[in-house]
Amino acid sequence: MSSHTLTRPPAPAESSASAARRVLGGLLRSRELAVLLVLVLLVVVTTAKSSNFLFGGDGWRDLLVTPSILLLLAAGQTLVIITRNVDLSVGSTLGLTAYLTGKLFIEVPDLPVPLVFLAGLAFGALLGLVNGLLVAFGRVPALVITLGTLMIYRGVFLEWAGSDRINPSDLPAGFLSLGTDQLLTIPVLTIIALVVVAAVGYYLHTSRGGRELYAIGSDPDAAQLFGLPVTRRVLAAFVVCGALAGLAGVFYAARYGSISSNAGRNIELEAVAAAVIGGVAIFGGSGTVWGAAAGAFLLVTIDRALPVLGIPDFWQRAVVGALIIGAVVLDRVLKKRQERRLIEARDQS
Amino acid sequence: MKNLQKRTAALAGLALLASLGLTACGSDDDGGDGGDGGSGGDSSSITMIPKNLGNPYFDASTAGAEAAAEEFGGSVEEVGPDTATPDSQVSFINTAAQQGAGAVVVSANDPSAICDALEEASSAGVKVVTFDSDTEPECRDIFVNQADAAGIAAKQVELIAAQIGDEGEVAILSAAANATNQNAWIELMEADLEENHPNIELVDIVYGDDDDQKSFDQTAALLSAHPNLKGIISPTTVGIAAAARYLSTSDAKGKVALTGLGAPSQMKAFIEDGTVTEFALWNPEDLGYLAAFAANALASGDIEGAEGDTFEAGKLGEYTVGADGVVVLGEPYVFDAENIDQFKF
Repeated sequence: MSSHTLTRPPAPAESSASAARRVLGGLLRSRELAVLLVLVLLVVVTTAKSSNFLFGGDGWRDLLVTPSILLLLAAGQTLVIITRNVDLSVGSTLGLTAYLTGKLFIEVPDLPVPLVFLAGLAFGALLGLVNGLLVAFGRVPALVITLGTLMIYRGVFLEWAGSDRINPSDLPAGFLSLGTDQLLTIPVLTIIALVVVAAVGYYLHTSRGGRELYAIGSDPDAAQLFGLPVTRRVLAAFVVCGALAGLAGVFYAARYGSISSNAGRNIELEAVAAAVIGGVAIFGGSGTVWGAAAGAFLLVTIDRALPVLGIPDFWQRAVVGALIIGAVVLDRVLKKRQERRLIEARDQS
Repeated sequence: MKNLQKRTAALAGLALLASLGLTACGSDDDGGDGGDGGSGGDSSSITMIPKNLGNPYFDASTAGAEAAAEEFGGSVEEVGPDTATPDSQVSFINTAAQQGAGAVVVSANDPSAICDALEEASSAGVKVVTFDSDTEPECRDIFVNQADAAGIAAKQVELIAAQIGDEGEVAILSAAANATNQNAWIELMEADLEENHPNIELVDIVYGDDDDQKSFDQTAALLSAHPNLKGIISPTTVGIAAAARYLSTSDAKGKVALTGLGAPSQMKAFIEDGTVTEFALWNPEDLGYLAAFAANALASGDIEGAEGDTFEAGKLGEYTVGADGVVVLGEPYVFDAENIDQFKF
């Protein structure tokens, strides 16, 4: 993950064998792979304990579909965190959009489903735009702004919904079945989420705009001086993050069917945790959306696996917490080691 | 410096926005009207004050009270706030007292916030009955309680035992781990199962925190962790609805029984598609019916609300006032495919 911030010293001529070893070493050191490895291990162990965790009809489907909501949030969060910001309002955005989805279907029962997805995206983007404008133009720390909008959006939601709730019977069957529909055994929601993750990942990795996001997060002042469109890029990152939270809200409605005013509460912290576990540095400038996606998969799967493994409810949060701290400490250790290596390399030459 | 000013301005803007949002929450409770209908000093005129208007649950309880009034020849008037905020019921209680209502029947939004108003009404000769949600005991004459813990626990055990043929593994999906009422029910259910249903094994208790998503995921985890599970009891309306939603999309539909306490409007779809056969809750219509009879008995001087007083409540039979002026409605009401269409809450 550090390869985004540090340019490698020009490599001396090397044999193909050592090049292969280096690639292998890099892969093994990569956070994305490490998280995936833990994930696979977890699934294997849990399946050994209870075979229908993976092989049951529901097991396979749930394994894939349950993380889809967090996948979207983690992808959006990654975009924002890379620019050295954070978006804490995504949980409220998700809840509001989920409720809006339900309300739309109550008003217009035969609304085409794709239109509802678009409405969710647009509404989320609008809420994200508010965050983006305040952060990019107000130059106030995103932590404070989005903490504020987290509460405001939730307040609006509480006022709007009150003690009312959307029930599955309010939603059309065609929409609800999206929550469980599968294409070649892969749930539709998971496919959409993975396509989104791939698109965001491709953009971050290859496009000019994506690289500029990293540059902004590595050193905002330098990026400004260099003439990068900091305001515009940060604004865009928040809008996309909001839009993905909106999409996640539509997913939530399709998957869970009942939406009350506490929908999506605290999920913003899981989104940040997923990104951090996946190797996205909380101070911006490094990390990949693949890592965040793997982190999201791991977090959700841990939640689902621990009860099967017989670990009581109360310990599950502690395990997740330990994982987050472990990930950050690991980052620190790896960075130290790399710095030492680079210094050694400089001294030798 | 300029930057600082900008920052302050932005924060001030934020604070303004936040305060706007907050005031918007509190500005709705001036909509109701208590002006018409009070017939002044009539002992059988009853004022119903639910937690809020437009709530199907309380629409049902008021309908029950009206049915009762028809039987004993009184009148029922419903007034109340639009939102269930702690002190929003005060003005309605005051108005009822000024109009000289025979009794007020209140579902309290807050156990102490409306106490002063109730005491004032009481000293003006108005009898005070609480139902569904109580105040501090000294603020009212009688509390009509929808169900007691023992009745709730026993009914749920009875339902699950009948649905799984009195043997096999069951689990409980509760609300929060520190929810007092839930834990009291769970304890009673555990004791009941152990004593009277030796072939039913309670294998797990999980907590969904009354959150749709968490309850849903916990149900999935339960089924995955216990392949031989025969039944789930969820003594919380959110939990049972989320569990039903998961079961209805799962291979376990029809194989794993689900029962507990649920709201008919939320459970209707799952009764119809066969995921759930029977679940329980009190009947708010009966609750309003009983509360109206209790209010009438107080207002006409038949009882004083002391422990041991008895009164007739029409079709529900005779009731005795228990300790602390509490009257218990009785066993929870069982909803199934036959009757679920009659309920709108």
